[in-house]
Amino acid sequence: MASAPSKQYSDDVSVVMVLLDTNPFFWSGANNTTKVSFSSFLNHVISFLNSVLLLNQLNQVVVIATGYNSCDYILDSSTSESINLSLGNGKMPALCSKMLQKLEEFLIRDEQLSRENLPTGITSSLLSGSLSLALCYIQKVLRSGRLHPNPRILCLQGSPDGPEQYVAVMNAIFSAQRSMVPIDSCIVGAQHSAFLQQASYITGGVYLKPPQLDGLFQYLSTVFATDLHSRSFLQLPKPVGVDFRASCFCHKNTIDMGYICSVCLSIFCQQRKKCSTSDTKRNSIEIYNHHLLPVAASG
Amino acid sequence: MNYFTSNHVEERRVAEEKEEEDDEEVNDNSMEVWQKEYAEDRSWESLQEDESGLLHSIDNDAVQHAQYRRRLRNLSAATAASRIQKGLIRYLYIVIDLSRAASQNDFKPTRMAAVAKHVEAFIREFFDQNPLSHIGLVTIKDGVAQCITDLGGSPDSHIKTLMSQSGCSGDSSLQNALDLVEGYLCGIPSYGHREVLLLYSALTTCDPGDVMETIKKCKRSKIRCSVIGLSAEVFVCKHLCQETGGSYTIALNEFHFKDLLLEHAPPPPAIAEFAVGNLIKMGFPQRAAEGVVSICSCHKEAKVDGGYICPRCKARVCELPTECRICGLTLVSSPHLARSYHHLFPITPFEEVSLALLNSSRHRLTTTCFGCQQSLVPSGNRPNLRVACPKCKQHFCLDCDIYIHESLHNCPGCESLRHSQTI
Repeated sequence: MASAPSKQYSDDVSVVMVLLDTNPFFWSGANNTTKVSFSSFLNHVISFLNSVLLLNQLNQVVVIATGYNSCDYILDSSTSESINLSLGNGKMPALCSKMLQKLEEFLIRDEQLSRENLPTGITSSLLSGSLSLALCYIQKVLRSGRLHPNPRILCLQGSPDGPEQYVAVMNAIFSAQRSMVPIDSCIVGAQHSAFLQQASYITGGVYLKPPQLDGLFQYLSTVFATDLHSRSFLQLPKPVGVDFRASCFCHKNTIDMGYICSVCLSIFCQQRKKCSTSDTKRNSIEIYNHHLLPVAASG
Repeated sequence: MNYFTSNHVEERRVAEEKEEEDDEEVNDNSMEVWQKEYAEDRSWESLQEDESGLLHSIDNDAVQHAQYRRRLRNLSAATAASRIQKGLIRYLYIVIDLSRAASQNDFKPTRMAAVAKHVEAFIREFFDQNPLSHIGLVTIKDGVAQCITDLGGSPDSHIKTLMSQSGCSGDSSLQNALDLVEGYLCGIPSYGHREVLLLYSALTTCDPGDVMETIKKCKRSKIRCSVIGLSAEVFVCKHLCQETGGSYTIALNEFHFKDLLLEHAPPPPAIAEFAVGNLIKMGFPQRAAEGVVSICSCHKEAKVDGGYICPRCKARVCELPTECRICGLTLVSSPHLARSYHHLFPITPFEEVSLALLNSSRHRLTTTCFGCQQSLVPSGNRPNLRVACPKCKQHFCLDCDIYIHESLHNCPGCESLRHSQTI
């Protein structure tokens, strides 16, 4: 679809990047903890995607699947293939069939990858990967000229956070903050996500954990469908207060005051002569991952 | 008589002013303002003809060049990263030369205005990359160095003071500036990295004593001095930078100046003496409860919502990171520390995919950029350039490459693979 140069973008045209959690470990156990199955979840999401496209002719949606072993684009409404297909058999809306087909391919590939390397008890999905992909795509949108649609990210997350992704997720959050891209999050799992609470808080997005997942579409359409400009007129869920304290590397206690190494930024709760982290040259990324997670998720 | 002389002086001044105006008019008359703009920009020089006779601007090349330069820098950083020691807590004085030379208009509208504009951007970028650091501003005017803002962590107050500076006159004095800054930087704790960045317009320095002695003193105090020259290379500046381990660069034009300035935003490699980790006491304040009215210690006003409570003295501060006004404790939050982590774990530079590989096995290569899905298949006369991550072997377009290394600090390919993370 060649975009005419005269295309006028006003402040209500959006590109919505939807990050879809497809983690099989979450959805297979989902029936016990939550009341929504993957297929009904998809029903809600597809209706939501269609309603975003309905709101404005120039709106775009891009769906990225956040899997257990990989991440990939599964829908881009701006490409021609997703539009042309509407001339097909007419039984299923084009958007839906194309996306479901790609999603299925993705899930099969993801499963094959997990056969190669058996899960080691980690059940988180690769949020850092899909956030990074979404931000790369958004940069392409921002580069596309002076008039570009307003990008935003919506994370539909169910799996618990993976602490090993902490640094990568924070990098993505700060990059989104610089580009003024809000990260909205809708939690469909049982637990709050400390990553996404921070992400939405720092980037000025909306964080929501719907209490009734049967009405997921209603939550999605009332809270997350509106463009950024109209948000200022709505009463959206208030940002949750995030506790930005840290925990020390030595005892893993949450601390108010601590000692920080000037070279490697390790945190200790007691004064000591030397920093053990930089002394033993254990400067690996793992030790940083656990200690700066927000302490308690309130709200 | 007295009356007469003062009148006479007045007359002379008026005459002088007229002359100056005349001079300006002569300049203006020879060329209209709009003409001048084109004559100085030489926009036609940035056009290039391709094989089919179409004109293209060569900013493409400039982008590639900038990228290339950045890559080299990354490489040098990667070799240094074997022992990742960087000065993450920096105390930087920016010395701005506001002598006569800064009023020249080879940078538009004047050197001074161009410098102010880019220093503003630099200050914001600096605090974004170094949330635990401090900046102070010093100006040189009429041969005298003056500190206009003390070391502090709030970008807005620096920018406000910087923008209120007007007029440039007199000579520039390297020694006075260094003496002043050295005096201030002596007092800061030993874990901090002492740095001076001089933005030097003048070609001369008018010093009260021996500038070489001052340079030795700076070296003894372990102050890293860097200079960005706006006119031409000056020996004494080069000597200063060599002695103190800083970098000396000369700006060719405004864009080049901006690039050179922003190169000082990432933390420099730590000087060996400082590589021992010092422990600094910091506080992680909690947000004040909602709806509680308290007087904040930074603005001395009663405020209702938001704000943070210092864990040591329970004073209220409005924003982080800061130093508590009451007890002097450094107050940070965990995201501020996290913001600095990408300096400790730099992402590996991507490698250019060689043309030979592209030509031999085009059918097997991906056709889109892994990051943004942009097509990588060459269309028309667009050069077929792509880069690949050495770890995950995914291919990226050049735009994504720049974005990933300069802002995101994550490789989307590596982040999208589970097994690469467990290593």
